[in-house]
Amino acid sequence: MSLLKSRETILALAIAALLAAVASRFPGFVEPGNLARVLTDTSPLILLALGQMAVILTKCIDLSVAANLALCGMVAALMNGAGVPLPLILLAVTVLGAALGAVNGLLVWKLGIPSIVVTLGTMTIYRGTIFLMTDGAWINAHQMSEGFKAFPRAVVGGLPVMAWIGIAGVAGVALLLSRTPLGRAFYAVGGNPHAAVYAGISVGRTQFAAFVLSGALAGLTGYLWVARYAVAYVDIAGGFELDVVAACVIGGIAIAGGSGTVAGAVMGALFLGIIKNALPVVGISPFWQMAISGSAILIAIAFNTLGRREPGRIILRQAGAAE
Amino acid sequence: MSILRNILTTAAVASALMAGAAQAETTRIALVVKALGIGFFEAAHKGAEEAAKELGDVEIIYTGPTDTTAEGQIEVINSLIAQRVDAIAVSANDTDALVPTLKKAMDRGITVISWDSGVAPEGRMMNLNPSSAPLIGNTIIKLAADHLPEGGEVAVLSATTTSTNQNTWIEEMNKVAGNYPDVKVVGTVYGDDLADKSYREAQGLMQTYPNLKAIIAPTSVGIVAAAQAVTDAGKIGQVNVTGLGLPSEMAGHVKSGASKSFAIWNPIDLGYSATMIAYHLTKGEAKAEPGATIPIGRMGSVTLDDNNEAAMADPFTYDASNIDQFSSVF
Repeated sequence: MSLLKSRETILALAIAALLAAVASRFPGFVEPGNLARVLTDTSPLILLALGQMAVILTKCIDLSVAANLALCGMVAALMNGAGVPLPLILLAVTVLGAALGAVNGLLVWKLGIPSIVVTLGTMTIYRGTIFLMTDGAWINAHQMSEGFKAFPRAVVGGLPVMAWIGIAGVAGVALLLSRTPLGRAFYAVGGNPHAAVYAGISVGRTQFAAFVLSGALAGLTGYLWVARYAVAYVDIAGGFELDVVAACVIGGIAIAGGSGTVAGAVMGALFLGIIKNALPVVGISPFWQMAISGSAILIAIAFNTLGRREPGRIILRQAGAAE
Repeated sequence: MSILRNILTTAAVASALMAGAAQAETTRIALVVKALGIGFFEAAHKGAEEAAKELGDVEIIYTGPTDTTAEGQIEVINSLIAQRVDAIAVSANDTDALVPTLKKAMDRGITVISWDSGVAPEGRMMNLNPSSAPLIGNTIIKLAADHLPEGGEVAVLSATTTSTNQNTWIEEMNKVAGNYPDVKVVGTVYGDDLADKSYREAQGLMQTYPNLKAIIAPTSVGIVAAAQAVTDAGKIGQVNVTGLGLPSEMAGHVKSGASKSFAIWNPIDLGYSATMIAYHLTKGEAKAEPGATIPIGRMGSVTLDDNNEAAMADPFTYDASNIDQFSSVF
């Protein structure tokens, strides 16, 4: 437990160091207003990282989140064009996202196909579906209603609604994971599937639930994304699934499943979000930007691996001492 | 008996050959784009179909990868070679990466031209530029300067660091920047043709250069994202977003004032001209060699330079006065 805490402390320190480094080149970056902007900008990544975390906890991976986001975002834009009121759109895209996640979940649960293969397939199918729906056309700013675009931007209590949705997502998933049988089942299934079965937990059903959660969050984020950038087309959030997985990995979510915290996932997402927002203002050559992002991921993983190696040794030592 | 069989066989073979010849009369021209689902290329497709209709015996195969990668295009081109199309007209995601595959196509007798975003000379017979790079480079800085009578700082938001056309245009823009002494180009950033990254880069520009007067985005994803970033930052009227974009995608931002004007050639004309050129080269009615002139239907004709490149026409400026007329077209 203390080790888990310390890993998150390391990440928090890394974020602080990163902010300090950015501030030394561009002081305006750490002003409260700008930090709020960074939080808002990172909200989609946080929301998707939370869903991805639940999936990874159960020893699966969801590569279709970005395509799911793009499809739900396009549906949101199309519904807006058809004059559907906003609350209904929000509900519809969340349900649609959950349904798309359920497709992944069912294939993993009922057919036992490895999740990486399932979601690699559905990722392409979901993107293709957008193309079929729109014939490749864009939906642009002037084709969206003002209310549709304004909702994520509306400022409530000093923060835009988009950031509040991110915060609500964090609170909700934290509660789910720590206080509900389903949340504990995510950990149990990933930590030791055989033991989970003996404890009466259905591994497949739990993985299904994780995919549904991930899909629902992606669906909701789809609307936020499209409304924020005021444009919807086939390629939106292209490659974003890799950012989401990277955020989880940086946050210390074990790819082998069963271990990881909400705080870790959120900080992993924030870490990437800060890098993405800071690189344009610190004046680093674009040729270096990708290398820097990549190095950050590798360094974070190295920290995680080092942190994880020790508990294994301690257990062995104790077992040896007990004999 | 055996004579009869021989005659019958010969007849069968001959008729098969004739059927083959009849099929081959339709020229199959593949229009390979950077990625499917981009408005610009959809419009080029419209132009290609128009040329096909005019020529009569042409079938257009409109294809491309789902994301803007060279690997995706190589896959598409390989499958076109397998389908034995007559001509490939490609807008390349990478200048050099496609060369070996396109060489293979030319070895099989397929006419290969590049358009919009070119391929290295050894990978194509000729390259059709929508306009000349110097002209575009001049246009994009002129668009910014036109609305800056007192001058000021401007910055460039490009696509990726390896985009062939954006890099050329920016290079040409910098060459003529001296003609606009009051306009100071303070930097170039890259949004990778992703809406979210371009938006962030535009925000970064406004933060880094508080006195910024204009953002020049010579990319259709970038210009829309930059206009939205300017709108969200409440800087309409203070920062003018200009560059190259599509009327249908920019209509809202022109009306809101975030963009006073922008330019683009007509992609319909471009798809039309590329198809015309591919057709004439395939039919042997024109040769791709320096100095050659190739007719392009209603667009007149183009003349190839020493690198077998040709420029179609000047870019066209869109603003509040004509945006409504064009936004429904492309």
